[in-house]
Amino acid sequence: MQQNELIPHLFRTEYSKIVAVLYNSYNLKELEIAEDIASETFLKATEAWGHRGVPENPTAWLYTVAKNKTKDYFKHLSVSEKQMKDAKGINEAATEEDFEFNSQNIADSQLAMIFAVCNPSNSPEAQICLALQILCGFSVEEIANAFLTKPETIKKRLHRARINLRNENFQIKDLSEIQIKVRQNNVLKTLYLLFSEGYFSKTNNQLIRKDLCSEAIRLVYILTQNPLTNTSETNALLALMCFQSSRLDARMDDNGEIVLLDQQDKSLWDKELIEKGNHYLVLAYDSKEVSKYHLEATIAYWHTTPNDNDKWQYILQLYNQLLLIEYSPITALNRTFALAKVYGNKEAIQEAEKLNLADNNHYYSLLGYLYSDTDIDKAIVHYERSLALTKSKSEKQTLVKEIKRLKERKNL
Amino acid sequence: MKEFLLIFRADFKTLPQQSSEEMQATTQKWMNWVAGIAAQDKLVDRGNRLFRTGKVLNNDGVVSDGPYAEIKESIMGYTMIKATSIEDATKLAHGCPVLSLGGNVEIREINSL
Repeated sequence: MQQNELIPHLFRTEYSKIVAVLYNSYNLKELEIAEDIASETFLKATEAWGHRGVPENPTAWLYTVAKNKTKDYFKHLSVSEKQMKDAKGINEAATEEDFEFNSQNIADSQLAMIFAVCNPSNSPEAQICLALQILCGFSVEEIANAFLTKPETIKKRLHRARINLRNENFQIKDLSEIQIKVRQNNVLKTLYLLFSEGYFSKTNNQLIRKDLCSEAIRLVYILTQNPLTNTSETNALLALMCFQSSRLDARMDDNGEIVLLDQQDKSLWDKELIEKGNHYLVLAYDSKEVSKYHLEATIAYWHTTPNDNDKWQYILQLYNQLLLIEYSPITALNRTFALAKVYGNKEAIQEAEKLNLADNNHYYSLLGYLYSDTDIDKAIVHYERSLALTKSKSEKQTLVKEIKRLKERKNL
Repeated sequence: MKEFLLIFRADFKTLPQQSSEEMQATTQKWMNWVAGIAAQDKLVDRGNRLFRTGKVLNNDGVVSDGPYAEIKESIMGYTMIKATSIEDATKLAHGCPVLSLGGNVEIREINSL
């Protein structure tokens, strides 16, 4: 790797680790200090490596410099500040403690950081932004691109979220077994949303999508590495993400249009990720617990298998169970699609019309699909309603194409 | 939205004996029907089935065993739903699998404490 590629690459992989370890090991009062030291470390790398060339082990170099900079930071704290610290009762011994950047410490620190950032005192959107910035090393511009928002908006959101975290006075060292149990649900939910943000992203930029998905997988993987957080639900969520990601390349064509599952080129599915999905799904079913992640992962598993007679029957039953755990419009629509596959479009249309989702573009897309074999005019009307409601560029393209296809069929 | 209790009644004596495959098919029918309500975001609690037998404590302190010879239909189960009106709630009861077993559904609005 060239030097000009190496530093951005290392920034992405190491910045968040350095911040986590510094914050965790030195009991730093404020997250911003850890972030400043990590940024300075990378600045120094840019300068030094430009003059003297890249060191033999660049990662170790970064860790050593970060460590020394932290020690300097404490040395340079003036006496008065030290007195202030004593007065505030901040444990000086903890800050003098030596630490190593070893894999165990990195994993523990990142885990603690995940729990610190996924704090329910912030809205889910704010938690995702914080996660991207602090846990994944994304810049404000990159986050804004992923959300299709202005950097200014993201900056404000991050600022407010950080104030909230500070008000909560969250000390990641205090994380106890009970706290982990209490907060794990929220952590999984945030990481699930982070993944969905990538998978169903409003942006057409495939690179951003992939980045978000693989970061979400990396973070959930960290949870599986600690016995406290390696739960059946965690494994189910990881399985779900692996199955979904395996289709990322097949899901979008060269024009940035979404390719439906039925029409995807299966040779583009990532076999390795499917294998991983199978692995974690088996682990998830080690316990009797069945969460929504179990159900969604199992549905995703069925989608990776070739059509057999009972496949849609199983998928329908899984969607049924999912709805009983938690209602969402998209689950209701997906369930109706599965119902059509098992009992036919006519019965599914009856069920769909009860759903009361008149402001949902996917509702009209589904009706368009269900009518397309029997009543082309109705199908077109529904697809056109969907087109008027959707904000997604790739969905618009797909709908326009489908309407054109139906109109041509009508004129035959 | 108001909440309603759906009470399923049937005559246990006339219920057909089912093979395990038929039982599985029946379970699927129930799941499809309950999930159909959940898909409209109108399910409060999927409820449960009840065993055939039970006991009745009378006001004179006498305990009698169920099922009860004098009542032909006994409660098989219940589900809790939400709807805008009793008419709306009754609409949701349509398609309930107990109807095809010769039973009925009683729809009652819940009068919260």
